[in-house]
Amino acid sequence: MRVPLSWLNEYVELPKGSTADSVMAELVKVGLEEEGSHSFSLVGPIVVGQVLEFVEEEQSNGKTIRWCQVRVAPAGANAADGGEDVRGIVCGARNFEINDKVVVTLPGAVLPGDFKIAARSTYGHVSDGMIASSRELGISDDHEGILRLSTIGLDPEVGTDALELLHLADEAAEVNVTPDRGYCFSIRGIAREFSHATGAKFTDPIDLVTPVKADGFALKISDAAPIRGKVGSTKFVVRSASNVNAQAQTPAWMVSRLKLAGMRSISIVVDITNYVMLELGQPIHAYDASKVAGGLVVRRANPGESLVTLDGQTRALHTEDLVIGDDSGAIGIAGVMGGQSTEVSSTTTSVLIESANFDGVSIARSARRHKLPSEASKRFERGVDPKVAEYAAARVVQLLEEFAGATPDSLGSYFDETPAIAAVSLPETFAASITGVEYTQAEIVDTLTAIGCLVATVQGGYEVIPPSWRPDLNDKADLVEEIARITGYDRIPSRLPVAPPGRGLTKRQKLRRAVINQLAGTGHVEVLNYPFLTSAQNSYFAGSDVPRVTLANAMQEDVNELRLSMLPGLLDAAKRNVSRTLTNLALYEVGLVFAPAKQTEVSLPSGVKLPSEAELAALHESVPHQPVTLGAVFVGDRVSAQVAKKSIKASYLDAIQSARTAAHAVGVEVYLEQVVVQGFHPGRTAAIKVVGSDDFVGYAGELHPELAAENDLPRQVGILELNLEVLFANAPEIVQAQAVYTHPAATQDLSLVLKQDVPAGDVLNLLRTAAGELLEEITLVDDYRGSSLAEDEKSLTFALRFRASDRTLTQVEATEARDAAVSAANAKFGATIRT
Amino acid sequence: MSENSPITKASVDAVVSDALKLISEAKDLTSLKSIRAAAVGEGSGIAALSASLGKLPGDQKAEAGKLITAARAELNQAFSSTEEKFYKQEQAQKLAAETVDVTAAATTQVLGARHPLSLLQDEIADVFVGMGWEIAEGPEVESEWFNFDALNFDADHPARAMQDTFFVEPVEAHLVLRTHTSPVQVRSMLERELPVYVLCPGRVFRTDELDATHTPVFHQVEGLAVDKGLTMADLKGTLEHFARIMFGPDAKIRLRPSFFPFTEPSAELDVWHPGAKGGARWVEWGGCGMVNANVLRAAGIDPEVYSGFAFGMGIERTLMFRNDVKDMHDMVEADVRFSKQFGMVL
Repeated sequence: MRVPLSWLNEYVELPKGSTADSVMAELVKVGLEEEGSHSFSLVGPIVVGQVLEFVEEEQSNGKTIRWCQVRVAPAGANAADGGEDVRGIVCGARNFEINDKVVVTLPGAVLPGDFKIAARSTYGHVSDGMIASSRELGISDDHEGILRLSTIGLDPEVGTDALELLHLADEAAEVNVTPDRGYCFSIRGIAREFSHATGAKFTDPIDLVTPVKADGFALKISDAAPIRGKVGSTKFVVRSASNVNAQAQTPAWMVSRLKLAGMRSISIVVDITNYVMLELGQPIHAYDASKVAGGLVVRRANPGESLVTLDGQTRALHTEDLVIGDDSGAIGIAGVMGGQSTEVSSTTTSVLIESANFDGVSIARSARRHKLPSEASKRFERGVDPKVAEYAAARVVQLLEEFAGATPDSLGSYFDETPAIAAVSLPETFAASITGVEYTQAEIVDTLTAIGCLVATVQGGYEVIPPSWRPDLNDKADLVEEIARITGYDRIPSRLPVAPPGRGLTKRQKLRRAVINQLAGTGHVEVLNYPFLTSAQNSYFAGSDVPRVTLANAMQEDVNELRLSMLPGLLDAAKRNVSRTLTNLALYEVGLVFAPAKQTEVSLPSGVKLPSEAELAALHESVPHQPVTLGAVFVGDRVSAQVAKKSIKASYLDAIQSARTAAHAVGVEVYLEQVVVQGFHPGRTAAIKVVGSDDFVGYAGELHPELAAENDLPRQVGILELNLEVLFANAPEIVQAQAVYTHPAATQDLSLVLKQDVPAGDVLNLLRTAAGELLEEITLVDDYRGSSLAEDEKSLTFALRFRASDRTLTQVEATEARDAAVSAANAKFGATIRT
Repeated sequence: MSENSPITKASVDAVVSDALKLISEAKDLTSLKSIRAAAVGEGSGIAALSASLGKLPGDQKAEAGKLITAARAELNQAFSSTEEKFYKQEQAQKLAAETVDVTAAATTQVLGARHPLSLLQDEIADVFVGMGWEIAEGPEVESEWFNFDALNFDADHPARAMQDTFFVEPVEAHLVLRTHTSPVQVRSMLERELPVYVLCPGRVFRTDELDATHTPVFHQVEGLAVDKGLTMADLKGTLEHFARIMFGPDAKIRLRPSFFPFTEPSAELDVWHPGAKGGARWVEWGGCGMVNANVLRAAGIDPEVYSGFAFGMGIERTLMFRNDVKDMHDMVEADVRFSKQFGMVL
């Protein structure tokens, strides 16, 4: 809400020298956050001048300018800038005549956009100032040349300060109004709050007008389908006025205030309705009375009904839309936008004024449905003071009379079924129990009275009837906020509560941290990517038929899926880094991936009571599965070339190593299986499985070179994706310690000849099992292929370390254990010892 | 009187002098070792004299023995000190030969980095864990009931439109990308025994275009305490403690009236940031308030018996003013240079 200070000052006394900033500093204390200030950004001298004569001169560029002599001060007097009383000024516009009074910006003046006025040579003259247009002064977007003061009904003395004359020295404070404080969308509400903040005297603007309950105009409220039990309109005031001069000029002060409040001046009738809305918070609609057929009816739209709204759009109405109709059909969407057929125009001579109160929910739904958020709907959604309708109507009539020559009419109607406001019980100690402040009885009563409540002191507390403009005060806690806010939040003391002894981080939280820290500690850089992907990206690693979670309102239309995999986002991140010449990368991210829930329809239980077990179960069921997942990508060199060190290119090795590192961080050992999966290099990909449970954790390997090319990455990119939930589930609850045996170990090397297609990992696993308990460690140390072997053979060399718990092992015992492993390998894979 | 003994001072001295000469002529350990036998070993003069000791008459044995023992000691000493000298020399040469330019040392383990937003969440969590609070988490795709209804956002309340929500298809599923971490508070109240003191850090989503101060995906941390007798004073005390740990002992907080559907009374939270770049100042930090009775009811908690407070702040915003990050783009673009300047600490 933007609040012109001159307007605010009419209803609450502003301290002398108040500025938008000082006003906002006060308002923030009562909960109206500052948004900024607005002004016309004009600096004088800007004065009224009179065109004495001019000569038209055609220029070489085809333009005709006027070389004018303009009186800017009474004869013989100094002008506002200290200069001559008559100035030569070049003017490009030709919409004025001799003797016209105009606005002259003299040298030294500054216009919006830091446009400094100075005497300057142009078109062969020295132009000693400028004749200004409304647009240059920031009053309107008018393109019709310079501003002739006579057209806005002004005939001031030459030399008069135009900033004062046109009310352009005013400024506005803009504050943010929270959804519970609809009444602050008015000068009336802000003035009241300013009074609460400062103690300055508040004058309620409605006390300055006398409402008239006119009758005789046919009005019917006929809501056949109230929303959530609420009738669409509980108050509806109609007034009429005739002899309206719809072409009358809006007074300069009103134009200035509307402009500062963020609204354009349109015509006298529309300006007045807007002005009253801003002043009192009551949206007003004016109809051209001659275009309304018969009386008005407030009803829900009929099936198939449509309406052309003021913006020229044909709107298909919904049967839930509350409309205003006449004998011709719908002529407006109540509280949202009027219809074109009854619009006030420059030829209008009689108007009907509608000042009504509509159900907020109904208006909100219509505004959303038709994508028509308006100044009116914004106010109705948040609640308009029902008491104000007849005052607002009277104020409109008063202003029409004053500025459009209108004659008030006795014809009108008055409907009021506003429900009574329920009293709220406030127990005596409740405010203290919520705020920790021991308020006195007087403080409570005075504060609530000050904000407009009727307060009765009763046994054990208070019965409070909130004011008509505060539909948000329904509960004792709402009243406590008012007491706390008006007496000041700085009254609240400070006390550190003692929580019951905590259990620290959960096991899962610790494991997750361990993985993240371990990876950062081993040369990976953590990133946090958006989880939004295109369908194509989401299909890199999953078939296009794999269901995904899709957004209904994505920010970019084609980036509308939630990730099934961490990898596409990481590839994007890698690409961005590479494009910045950061070419050696090991990126990782731990986050959620999303798989659609099976159940896709659920009805939401009430939000004000505990749902049933079944309802809660259905809610939980409706939420997609979102496992915590680790992704990593490796691009460029994993180790770069340095002194005494060759570079090592990132590859599947890094991906697999990181899988092992992550598993190790949570106490899990993994093994590998050669696999072929979508999106990965078909010959360089491992499935990662847990030793013991054989649970599948994820894949590590290289990106399919085609995807690498598609993402502008080098051909060889290591990639890893692990479902951390599986790792967490396999993490030991508690590590059971093994004794550390100290008898000497026996070591053996073993070279086996095998077919090349036998996976080394399988051989290793088998040897480990078959060698028995004495085997302490086994490592694969070499894979040899070459001339001494058959073409389809390879030789794998393992280093084995044996140790017994209770004695020094002999080489014979170690050899026996080794031979047992060899015969198992021979039986399963046809392995033979290489001689 | 017998004949003169062959083992005289003069003969011993001569043998010693010869042997010392041999030792002194050695050039290094190898040549020293090669003369060992000739100088002090079996083939040495002193060994020959020693051997003749047995033939001496008994009365001369003692004296001659003394002379030989002294000579042996002298020679052994000379030999081993020379040996040590050469050993040290050789070691020194070897070490000198092994010298490298350590200032050119290669990196053998690439250094990684945490993302500061994730580090900051951990750091905040640790503050509260230290106070006995627990850390709660929840899903990012969330049911509207947890995100809105249970938090006193009526289906038609303008506050629901105030949050620029991402909706999930189909709309009948009533799923959204959570707009705040508050649904975790609801889940916590439903799942945990009272009293509840939980902190909920996590990712949230709003349909804001990415610019220098906005991002559609950001992080929040929210706190919730539900207990008997909690007041806004407890809220203030908790926030003050938190602010001091995050921003130093001179930090303080200020509450301003505001509105949130899930709290009543509600407040905006400013923090006095003593270390702010360009001088200490008040900074908008987050929102807070006393838990709305309807929220307690939705979680099956009797608001006549329990009260609670809640607060929340943006992690991005906190990082921006705490660590002087000037542009949101830096936090979301995954440029490794951004994370690397933090490494493992904030």
